[in-house]
Amino acid sequence: MEDKKSLRAPVSQKPHVVPKPEHPEYLGGSITVEINEKKLTVPFGTTILEACKQAQIHIPTLCHHEDLCVAGVCRVCVVEVEGMRTLQASCAFPITAPIKIKTTTNAVRKARKHIIDLLISEHYGECYSCFRNNNCELQSLAKEYGVDHYNFGHVTQPRYEVDNSSYSVVRDMDKCVLCKRCVRTCIDLQEVGVLEAIDRGHNTHIGTFFDKPLAEVICINCGQCINRCPTGALRANDPRDEIWAAIDDPTKHVVIQTAPSPRAAIGEEFGQGAGKSFTGELNTALRRIGFDKVFDTNFTADLTIIEEGTELILRLYKALVKKEIVALPQFTSCSPGWVKYLEHFYPEYIDNLSSAKSPQQMFGALIKTFYAQKAGIDPANIVSVALMPCSAKKFECNRPEMNSSGYKDVDYGLTTRELAQMIKEAGIFLPEMPQSHFDDPFGEASGAGLIFGATGGVMEAALRSVIEFVTGKRVEDVYANADITPVRGFEGIRYAEIPITEVGPVPKLLQHLVPDWNWLKGATLKIAVCHGTANAKKVMEDIKAGGKFSECHFIEFMACPGGCLGGGGQPIPTNEEIRKKRAEAIYNEDKSLPVRKSHENRHVTELYDMFLTDGPCGHISHKLLHTHYVKRGKFIA
Amino acid sequence: MQNHLEVKLGKKTDRKGPVIFSEYKRGEAIKKALSMSREDILFELKDSKLKGRGGAGFPTSTKWMLTAAAKAEKKFIICNADEGEPGTFKDRVLLMEYPELVFDGMVVGGYTIGAQLGIVYLRGEYEYLLKPLEDYLEEMRKDNLLGKNILGKEGFDFDIEIVLGSGAYVCGEETALIESLEGHRGEPRNRPPYPINTGFLGRPTSVNNIETLAAVSHIVVKGGKWFAKFGTDKSSGSKLFSVSGDCEKPGVYELPWGTKISELLEIVGAKNAKAVQIGGASGHCIPKSQFDRTLAYEDVPTGGSVMIFNENRDMLHVLKNFMEFFVDESCGQCTPCRIGNVKLLEGVEMIEKGQYTFAHINKLKELGRTMQLASKCGLGQSSPNPFISILENFKDEIFNRGNGGRNGR
Repeated sequence: MEDKKSLRAPVSQKPHVVPKPEHPEYLGGSITVEINEKKLTVPFGTTILEACKQAQIHIPTLCHHEDLCVAGVCRVCVVEVEGMRTLQASCAFPITAPIKIKTTTNAVRKARKHIIDLLISEHYGECYSCFRNNNCELQSLAKEYGVDHYNFGHVTQPRYEVDNSSYSVVRDMDKCVLCKRCVRTCIDLQEVGVLEAIDRGHNTHIGTFFDKPLAEVICINCGQCINRCPTGALRANDPRDEIWAAIDDPTKHVVIQTAPSPRAAIGEEFGQGAGKSFTGELNTALRRIGFDKVFDTNFTADLTIIEEGTELILRLYKALVKKEIVALPQFTSCSPGWVKYLEHFYPEYIDNLSSAKSPQQMFGALIKTFYAQKAGIDPANIVSVALMPCSAKKFECNRPEMNSSGYKDVDYGLTTRELAQMIKEAGIFLPEMPQSHFDDPFGEASGAGLIFGATGGVMEAALRSVIEFVTGKRVEDVYANADITPVRGFEGIRYAEIPITEVGPVPKLLQHLVPDWNWLKGATLKIAVCHGTANAKKVMEDIKAGGKFSECHFIEFMACPGGCLGGGGQPIPTNEEIRKKRAEAIYNEDKSLPVRKSHENRHVTELYDMFLTDGPCGHISHKLLHTHYVKRGKFIA
Repeated sequence: MQNHLEVKLGKKTDRKGPVIFSEYKRGEAIKKALSMSREDILFELKDSKLKGRGGAGFPTSTKWMLTAAAKAEKKFIICNADEGEPGTFKDRVLLMEYPELVFDGMVVGGYTIGAQLGIVYLRGEYEYLLKPLEDYLEEMRKDNLLGKNILGKEGFDFDIEIVLGSGAYVCGEETALIESLEGHRGEPRNRPPYPINTGFLGRPTSVNNIETLAAVSHIVVKGGKWFAKFGTDKSSGSKLFSVSGDCEKPGVYELPWGTKISELLEIVGAKNAKAVQIGGASGHCIPKSQFDRTLAYEDVPTGGSVMIFNENRDMLHVLKNFMEFFVDESCGQCTPCRIGNVKLLEGVEMIEKGQYTFAHINKLKELGRTMQLASKCGLGQSSPNPFISILENFKDEIFNRGNGGRNGR
């Protein structure tokens, strides 16, 4: 086929994208349809589902998800279109003519009920033994359509084995309803392509390459599929039992670090609307559950900024002054999903990854060294838990190289959903907890560490420090309120240039590394930010082709859409609106903090004075705070 | 799917028929078409009232007109040679014995709609035809019936490729066929959009059955009015029937539309037929009492499969066979078809064992109705047809089976 280009997602799973008119008010730009005998004018190309939403007519859906391309496979959303022989899936039908739609006829109601009955007949398991109980779209549909018995029987035996080979994602295909949201998430939203339907007819199931265990394929553990699964077929590998056991064991000193994104989202698990952080309340709740110490991951986020920022400066210094060959642009390495993506898909670029560990792993290494020493506790008795918005963090803490403290640096990665469950098990209603502070010696962190949770946050935090280091000016004098807005927002790929017109003195912390900044005077710092691995792929392909991103100096990559706040461990459901609200919560918390720059975090400077005595990127920090990567490639044995 | 058969193209027997099997010389239609304007070809087709021979019966002139009108740099014409409907084999006969009709029709189609490439999606099981057909195309290229500036027509470049399918029934559905051609899993797409504006590689595409293309060749040469003389008012021309089952002379027959079922049975020597399955597994089962019905789009439409069952056949067994076929061949994409067919098959098995209630069977018939309405593509929409029509037309036989008095109540 002469011009056959490979498309990632099959067209069978793409909507007919009728370009929406820029000016629907112009002639022909909009169409008047009749829905249940009510007239409604919508822009040309609107789907029936969208039109019904505008008309406030509820249409049940299952395979439809706002973040994903249209599949039109579950058929729950069918409606009647006058003049058409069959019922039409409203999620997939673009309005291009003045049609008449009926959403509640006998045929429609019966069809929907039949479809729900059929799905339930094949859905193995009982709701009360499922982690999605009360938050399951199939269960809601059954309730909505008054299912009170198994109309077409019910499976009594499992057909598939549960795949819990992965540290991050557990697949229980007996609960799968074949909506293909995970397939579309993996292949279209994230462009990884681990999951696909295998076999046909009644044997159709979602599987990996040759049905291999998830741990053996190129899954990056981002967990986006979990967030979009309507049922309990996909879940994170849950360490609650082990953590409770550690808490109950009096010989164990159990500490937890909490990342900013879970704090901005955990309220959703307690019926609170998205967009409010429960940091203080969570600290109290964690202590009541029985954690001995509660630390703020933002502390090591600040540390990451110092280490990663220094690394960038060193790379630039080597390239520009010493004329050595160094890998540039430098890529961030905080997102373990992104790291594994790069290891699989672009292994030739692993030198570009910052060697700095992610905040979670830096904290793990410090807890079992610095903190253990200071508190006089045998690190062998410390159980270190990390509350993360992320399923890939579970994989990250199990990477064999993550034991620089001499022990497993972080014992368990815990997701927002799992912690919420623990809090509920302890009989605590989080929103009503009194607020309390984090524990010393790490204390409160800066706003820079906090905004790591949103896409662009790492870049903004780094810039707040780098600008001050190099120019000697206050960042507030460059960007109002130190809000570096060019890197904020939800656009998939952002690019910015920051000219360095003047330089100041080299701060004490870096004096042993560079003599002065004159070599940077007149230079332009080129940076980019992207989130979601589909965008990462675009940037990487551009770099490969020698495009504008190859000239960047520093690029922030996050595996998940929206950054950590949209991570695979966050409350379900997710959509762009929810993610924006979580981002607001994070930026509002940043605004309220007295210290908003990593290098101004007094605990961080203390740490360099007392413990990491040879400074950023020195020997001690290299041993504890830096790591290396594996060229994995795409070969599947 | 290996096959060591040495196949030679060309006529095996002296087939006789009013239209398709009438006289035709290779290249005739192309020569004639290139002397005409595209509009004139479309008018001839309109006059012929030719409808798609795959079974759905969409007017070919409309399909080509819409594809011709679509604005795009590249367009495609696809010949659907994924003859997968149980009991049909007339496309294979056309390809083997009358390739000139099919390929000339494709070239005419390419010229009419403005396509540069024609693709034959050949059924995986017909792999043994690949080599001889490719040799045939090479011959056409030599004679400038394919290639650049065909027969000296400045600017008309057209070529044909053959692509093998992998044996999935659903890939006979035009959008699943296109997905498969693009290298994806063969799953039907959402419609709209239709292939006429968003088809292969997102470009306007006309997907036509082999027999349709063969008819086009004759229509271009002999005129639309000539073609419309055959058949009935709403079903013009003739139809190829693949006749199999309990009869003396199974095979491919060309008969004008409007032939009565009883007439066809007589021609093929079917004595004591008690039922005829028309249109393959997804078609309808006609009992003896309705043998005076006519084969036509307005009465009993068909893609050409005729399966004859005599008095000794167990109709429940026939039904079970069809339902097993659908359970296997559903693409598994949409709920009604994937699970619904399993439930219908379970119902048949319940009847077989005598462990059923009429309430449950009626519930399954309602489910069948939902499947007809709510499935994503024609497969699921038509798979309940045998369940509904066989249980209705043979209820006495099926529900009065000798199974120890355990019949449903």
